[in-house]
Amino acid sequence: MGRVPRLRATGDPRTEIDRPAFRRGLRAGTPFALANLLLSASFGALAVGGGFTAPQAVAMSAVVFAGSAQFASLSIVTAGGGLGAAVVAAAFMNSRFLPMGIVLAPSLPGGPLRRGLEGQAVVDASWAMAARGDGSFDRSFLLGATAIQYLTWFVGTLAGALGAGVLGDTDRLGLDAIYPTFFLVLLLHELRGGRGRGVAAAGALIALLLIPVAPPGVPVLAAGVAALAGLRRRPAASAAEDER
Amino acid sequence: MRIDPWALIVAVAVVTAAIKAAGPVALGGRALPPPAAGVLALLAPALLAALVVTGVASRDGEWHLGTEAAGVAAGGLVAWRGGTILVAVVVAAGTTAGLRALT
Repeated sequence: MGRVPRLRATGDPRTEIDRPAFRRGLRAGTPFALANLLLSASFGALAVGGGFTAPQAVAMSAVVFAGSAQFASLSIVTAGGGLGAAVVAAAFMNSRFLPMGIVLAPSLPGGPLRRGLEGQAVVDASWAMAARGDGSFDRSFLLGATAIQYLTWFVGTLAGALGAGVLGDTDRLGLDAIYPTFFLVLLLHELRGGRGRGVAAAGALIALLLIPVAPPGVPVLAAGVAALAGLRRRPAASAAEDER
Repeated sequence: MRIDPWALIVAVAVVTAAIKAAGPVALGGRALPPPAAGVLALLAPALLAALVVTGVASRDGEWHLGTEAAGVAAGGLVAWRGGTILVAVVVAAGTTAGLRALT
């Protein structure tokens, strides 16, 4: 998460934060952070409307900081679902962070504990923007982009939780359209280079077909199978190897 | 709600942190074999497309196309034409709210 590391002089220059890159990350993350305000405010309002107290809604955003997992698990428990189903749905929603973390790992310096902590900074927008396109990641940029998004995720949830009573019926405000739009914008960003269009279409089709037959969360996870198309092609990773 | 929200918060936080830490803890400093890297590079578009579809076309485990689908489409159009994500989500919510006010 947004741990702005001031850990310096560890002996390894690779563990230092590149300040200009961190600031570029802050700037690049700002539009997403502003969108997060709306998104997290809608989470706070929906959570309180569903039976959470305001401190509970805010605490969840502070320690989980993963929108799709929060929305998915909240929708299950407010519909009367059990703890197990809600946690499994959250895990499925977060499963995308596993491959994201694996891809990021070679770009993280330091020991396992430090890498594990910095891995918490992976959120969709930061991860996508920090990719250099050659398989490596700008870690300082990633930390900056996530720091600003963490801040607004927290503030937005607080505002939504406290304002829930004032807003009344959140459905009338169209807040439920915000989350899918957020994913759609990230998808358009991913597809800009022309790669992955067929895979995205296949993933969408898999999810669509599974909606009526699979438990919540599973259609999304199963769509990952479409990425196996990547076995057929050579990734552009050789340039990164030369650089090191 | 029949569960304690605090239990949910702790459980989801632990699961999320573990998933995010797994790759970096296990794999730091090492590159992946090319076939694995090729698959992983394509996971984001596949999963994001699925999240969009489940977000607009499902409700309670059934196919359902509501007013929010029109809002999301409007927001997507804005982003595709170069609008920022903030403008896109405002247009999406505004369109959905407008349609709901009419119906």
